[in-house]
Amino acid sequence: MKEKNDYKQAKRYGMVIDLDKCTGCGACMVGCYSENNVPFKADETNKLDSINWIRIFKITNDKPYPETETCYIPMPCMQCDGVGKHGHPPCVSVCPAVATDYDYDTGIISQIYTRCFGCRYCMAACPYHARKFNWWDPVWPADMEKYLNPKVSPRMRGVVEKCSFCFHRYQQARDKAYLEKREELAENEYQTACAEACPTGAITFGDLNNKNHAVYKLKNSPKAFRLLERLNTNPKVYYLTSKKWVRRAGDNYLTHEEPGKIKNNMKEHH
Amino acid sequence: MNETPLIPAGVKRCSKWQFSLWMAAATAVLLWGVYAMYLIWYKGLNQTNMNDAYGFALWIWADLAVIALGGGAFFSGFLTYIINKNELKNIINLAVVIGFICYSSALLILAIDVGQPLRAWFIFWHANVHSMLTEVAFCLSCYFAVLTIEFIPLILENPRLDKKPFLHHLSHNMHGIMAIFAATGVFLSFFHQGSLGGVAGVLYGRPFAFREHILIWPFTFFLFTWSAAAYGPCFTILVTKITELITRKKLVKDNVIHLFAKISGWMIITYIIAKTIDTIYWAFVTAPGFGFTLMDFYASSTYNIGLLFAEIVICGFIPGLILITKRGRENSFLLMSAIILGVIGVSLNRWVMVLQVMAVPVFSFNEWYTYMPSWQEVATTVLPVAYGIIVISLAHRYLPVFPQEKELNPID
Amino acid sequence: MFPFCFEWAWDISHIVFMGGLWYALSIIGAGMTFAIVKSVFDCAGHDDQDHGHH
Repeated sequence: MKEKNDYKQAKRYGMVIDLDKCTGCGACMVGCYSENNVPFKADETNKLDSINWIRIFKITNDKPYPETETCYIPMPCMQCDGVGKHGHPPCVSVCPAVATDYDYDTGIISQIYTRCFGCRYCMAACPYHARKFNWWDPVWPADMEKYLNPKVSPRMRGVVEKCSFCFHRYQQARDKAYLEKREELAENEYQTACAEACPTGAITFGDLNNKNHAVYKLKNSPKAFRLLERLNTNPKVYYLTSKKWVRRAGDNYLTHEEPGKIKNNMKEHH
Repeated sequence: MNETPLIPAGVKRCSKWQFSLWMAAATAVLLWGVYAMYLIWYKGLNQTNMNDAYGFALWIWADLAVIALGGGAFFSGFLTYIINKNELKNIINLAVVIGFICYSSALLILAIDVGQPLRAWFIFWHANVHSMLTEVAFCLSCYFAVLTIEFIPLILENPRLDKKPFLHHLSHNMHGIMAIFAATGVFLSFFHQGSLGGVAGVLYGRPFAFREHILIWPFTFFLFTWSAAAYGPCFTILVTKITELITRKKLVKDNVIHLFAKISGWMIITYIIAKTIDTIYWAFVTAPGFGFTLMDFYASSTYNIGLLFAEIVICGFIPGLILITKRGRENSFLLMSAIILGVIGVSLNRWVMVLQVMAVPVFSFNEWYTYMPSWQEVATTVLPVAYGIIVISLAHRYLPVFPQEKELNPID
Repeated sequence: MFPFCFEWAWDISHIVFMGGLWYALSIIGAGMTFAIVKSVFDCAGHDDQDHGHH
C-alpha cells in the first residue's frame, strides 16, 4: 500500500444523501451508467448479477395502510475510511494483488481493472455489496459504443468494478487547476455524475474536511447517519433522514438499543 | 533379460483388465469435469450460479475442505519426522499421496475460480502482504512443492524406476533429508491453514465471519490450523479403510491406525473445546457489539441452529470422545463412525465459514441470499475426486505405498 | 514479490512476509540441490562396481 503523503490538508471527498428528498426516480443511476460506461445486460431481471455503481434500495416501515411509509436509499460505494479511520477499508487490505487502493490525497478507493484478476475477495469483504463482478463481456447495443465516455475505460470480463466517485472528473479538474496555477479546487469544479443528475438535489458532494463545502455542515446535522456504522467501516457517504424507522433500518440494533446512543465497540487498530 | 516388472515384488494386484475398467470409469467422470472446466475457462464465470452476493461459493468451500482434509499430510509429517512417532511411517506415504492430490486439486480449483486466470500470477508478482489470500497462495504453492518432493521418493521406489542408478540414489538421498522438508512443510502448513481461517476471520464487514484478533491474526486463524491437524488424520484413516475395502486386504496394522486415531481424537477434543469457547465469545460479545444476536445468524431454514449443534456436538465432541477412549477406537464400527463424523465435521465447518458468511444478510432490510451451484460448478468439484481416485489407484498398484502390505498379505 | 516491483516497500510487513517466503524457498531449493548433486556423485562413485544398493 502507498505511503501517506504529508499534505497539510488532505481531502476527504464524501457525499451526503438526503433521504427525505429522494424520490427513487433513478436519475442518479442513469447518470452513472452513461458517465462511467457501466455495462448492462439485455435482460436485467436478475439484479444479483447486474452491474451498477449506484443503486437504489427501497425499504418500507412494514406497517399496513394508511401508516405505510417508503424510503429510497441510493447506495454508491461508501468509500470507507475503515477501522482506525486511516485507510484500512474492508476491501483494500484483503485484495491479494493490490488491485484496489486507498488514496490518501482524496480518501477515494481505486479499482485497477487491469490488475484485478477476479478473485472476488473484496466483494466478500464489502458489507454494502458495492462491488460488482463482470460475469459477462461488456456488450453495448449497436451504435451505442459511439456514445461511450472516452474518459473512462470500459472493463473486461472477469474483473470487479465499483463506484469511483467519478475520479476521472477529479483528475480533469486537477489538470485544469494546475494549468491555471491553482492549488485548490472549487466545490463545484468536481462533482459526481449522480449528484448532478439528481432532480431533487438530494445528493450533495464535496470535501468532508473543508468547512466551506456544503457536505461539511450537512454531515454534522442531527439528522445525519451512516449505513452499518457499527461495523466500524467509517463510510464517507452520509444520509439524512427525519424518520426514526429509517435511521433504525440503516444499521443493526438489539431490541433494547436506540440508534444514535451506541458507542463503538471496537478498538481502533491497524 | 526380462524387463523388471512394473508392480512391486511380493504383492498381488488385480488383473490388467479389471484395473483398466476401474480406471476407465474414473476417467469418464474426470472428463466430465474437464469439459465443465473448459466451458468455464472459455465462456467465463457466467457458467456458474455465483452472483454478486455469492462471490465465494462451492469452489472456495471445496478448496478449504480439501486443504483441511489434506492436513493429514503435514500433521503426520510432524508426528513422524519431528516427534519421532515411528509407527506412523506405515501410513505417512498414503497421507503424502492424499496431501498431494488435495493440494493440486486446490490449486486447480483456484485457477478455475478466478475471473482472469491468465493474470493469476499477479497474486505472486504484485503481492499484497496484508491479504490473507496472498499468504494462502504463497504457502499453498510452496507446500505443494514440498508435497511433490515428499511424493517423488515414493514414485522412485517403483521397481522399474529403482533400477536406474541415478533415480535409486536420488530416492535414497531425498529420504535422507526428508525431515528438513517435512519441517518446512509443517511451517508452511501452519501458516496457510491458518490464513484460510483468517480469510473469513478478518472480514469486519461480515459480522458472521469476523472474530477478535491476537496481534494480526483472528481466532479463526488458529482454529483452522488446529482443526486441519485434528481432522486431517480422520480423512487419511478413512481413505486407508476405503482402499482396504476395495482391494479386499489389510494394508495397515491396527496399532498404527489406533495410534493415529488416538492422536486425532485428542486434537479434536482440544480443538472443539477451543471452538466452543470461540463460539460463546463471538455469540455473546463480538456479535452483539455489531447489533446482532446469535439467532440472527441462524434465522434461515437452511442455515438454522442445528448446523452449529451438528458441527460442535455431533461432528466434534462425539468423534473426539470415541477416538480418545481405547474401547471406542478399537471397536471398528465406532472407529469408522468417528472418522466419518470427523470428515463431515471439518467439511461442515468450512462450508459454514464460506457459504453461510455470504448468505447472512448484513443490512436489516435484506433477505437471506440463496445459491444453488450450476452443473459446471458441481462437475469441476467432482473432478478432483475422480482425479484423486486415479492417482491413489495408480500409486497403490505401482508403488509400495503401504510398507506393511507384504507382511500382512504374504503370497506363496 | 521482488524489491524491484513498484509496490515493494522496505517495511516490517514485507520483510517478515517475504523473509519467510524466501527462507522456505531457499530450504526447499538447497535441499533438492543437495539431493540431486549427491546422487550424481553417488552414481559416479559406483560406476566402477555394479551399481549397489544401500
